[in-house]
Amino acid sequence: MTSVRSARRSALRVGLGMAAVALLAACSGPAASNNTSSSGSPDTGSATSGGALKVAVVTHGSAGDTFWNVVKNGATDAGKALGVTVDYNSDGDPGAQSKLIDNAVSQKVGGLVVSMANPDALKTSIDAAVKAGIPVITINSGGDKSASFGAIAHVGQEEGIAGEQAGKKLKEAGKTKLLCVIHEAGNIGLNQRCDGAKTGFGGTVTNLQVDINNPTDIEARIKGALQTDSSIDAVLALNPQVAVNAASAVKGASSKASVATFDLNADVVSGIKAGDVLFAVDQQQYEQGYLPIVMLKLYHDNANTVGGGQPVLTGPGFVDKSNVDKVEEYAKRGTR
Amino acid sequence: MAAQAPPTADERVGKPGVLDRLVVRPEIGSLLGALLVFLFFSIVTEQFLSPGGVATWLDDASTLGIMAVAVSLLMIGGEFDLSAGVMTASTALVTAILSTQLGWNVWLALFASLLFALGVGALNGWLVMRTGLPSFIVTLGTFLALQGLNLGITRAVTGTVQVSGMRDTDGYASAGFLFASTFTFGGTSFYISIIWWVLFTVVASTILVRTRFGNWIFAVGGSALSSRAVGVPVMRTKVFLFMTTAFAAWLVGSINILRFTSVQANQGIGLEFQFIIAAVIGGCLLTGGFGSAVGAAIGALIFGMARQGIVYANWNSDWFQLFLGVMLLSAVLVNNALRRRAERVRR
Repeated sequence: MTSVRSARRSALRVGLGMAAVALLAACSGPAASNNTSSSGSPDTGSATSGGALKVAVVTHGSAGDTFWNVVKNGATDAGKALGVTVDYNSDGDPGAQSKLIDNAVSQKVGGLVVSMANPDALKTSIDAAVKAGIPVITINSGGDKSASFGAIAHVGQEEGIAGEQAGKKLKEAGKTKLLCVIHEAGNIGLNQRCDGAKTGFGGTVTNLQVDINNPTDIEARIKGALQTDSSIDAVLALNPQVAVNAASAVKGASSKASVATFDLNADVVSGIKAGDVLFAVDQQQYEQGYLPIVMLKLYHDNANTVGGGQPVLTGPGFVDKSNVDKVEEYAKRGTR
Repeated sequence: MAAQAPPTADERVGKPGVLDRLVVRPEIGSLLGALLVFLFFSIVTEQFLSPGGVATWLDDASTLGIMAVAVSLLMIGGEFDLSAGVMTASTALVTAILSTQLGWNVWLALFASLLFALGVGALNGWLVMRTGLPSFIVTLGTFLALQGLNLGITRAVTGTVQVSGMRDTDGYASAGFLFASTFTFGGTSFYISIIWWVLFTVVASTILVRTRFGNWIFAVGGSALSSRAVGVPVMRTKVFLFMTTAFAAWLVGSINILRFTSVQANQGIGLEFQFIIAAVIGGCLLTGGFGSAVGAAIGALIFGMARQGIVYANWNSDWFQLFLGVMLLSAVLVNNALRRRAERVRR
């Protein structure tokens, strides 16, 4: 067994050597907030005109999520239309997402599109991208941090405003007691929506936590909540899948509650037609995939920026019985 | 323990050849797998071998590797810990809540969350040993309980589902320097978590193969009854192993919270299986009593290389899990084949 022992010893030596190198090498700790890292807009003159463009889209959606599927379709469609290579990756874990951003930076992509459900966690990686001269556009969430991180634009909807509008609309429909269903435990935007709904609604709002990956459980929990409190007359889902589950939960609990939801899919559309769903707050996420590619292409070819430092809002729009037919065919092909 | 060469050659004692000696190492399968994955992505993609690329996949492998090594020790000891994934978030949340909400110094908060982690680890071990229930069940319970605690306490204390604002806390810079800084090597910056990973692997491997305690780990994993009969302190060994995974989860949680300066209440869920997978690729058996800490580290390396390599190759990320599953199966099959061969050599 001597060979094994010496191998082990040399492994130990390599390990210690690496540690020594680390100690000797120039270490740099993470910056505390008092010495802010360089940010601000990247050099606008750096946009080269023409040439091939490759854009990495890194989102926090979980694979197989209906909402993010539409964003992905938007980005890939724009890529096809404009001749831009689009590379879509996503991970719900902020650490993994930041590594995907690092990955894009080391690939020297020509543009980066990031959704920031957890801006602080992505700050270092996005800083690195901005420092490397890669134009960054943030989408969907994290709009308030977008400019300070050095992104050239933000495309999305203000969650608070959207929630407030949804709450107002429910109030106008004469509802008094609302159940707000949160489907991702780590997503601040969802909480902002419920808080906004509370502001706009005026009545009592209770939050219910469910797990988006388990539809059976979602339905059971909403049903349970409706059975426990029969005075609940409105359910606000924050995701189309949850909305469908909520609609069947309402039926199952033989409750009088109406379901309203954020975002669309084909099922929600047919639910609106059938009267199971009151309305959907549509943030038109297809645009959140499509527009950044267009904007990066303009920036790349013509050094144009869009939005004038303000977020480019894709919502809230409302889909209800009045306009549902138009939207339906588009939802079916995965673009609404 | 260099074997004394017998004075005269005995025809009944065969000397195993170099290949046979290699093949009995539990980590050899993962080493081959790592080489294959490395070569594959180096050839297929341009950036995989660039300094920035290497830094990215090493970074990806590092925190997974720390956990995989700890989990491999536990698995060699014949137990599982399904709460390990959520523990990485729990420890980060404890640190973050204490320092951002209660204004504690980061070092103090880190120490408190370490105590918390060791407490949960000890509880896991104690429950498993006292009840005689499979650790799979006990730690599944802990996993669910921690998941609820993470969300419940975070919501109750902060009113939201993320704790952020670590940058403004006392002692952030010094703690961050230890857990989340970068070092520059050959013009590329690498995260210090890689060093932690290497250190942790070296220490764990040394304990496992060079100390009496390491022998106890193999013994209690092989047969708890027999090892108790020959005087191995089974209870102490297993509780210590559970505390080791908890410690590793604290280390990873601390690295994460100081690097990302925020933590989500739902982080870490599902990672426990990745730790187990990495350990299994590294040659650990689900039945205990066999495996290697270095192998688990290599298993994590395969994971990191594949995860980032798939992105470098510009493959459609929809297929990512499929690829991982196929890779896991092939690694385990290779391990299995090699182990059968190894057992022939031993006898």
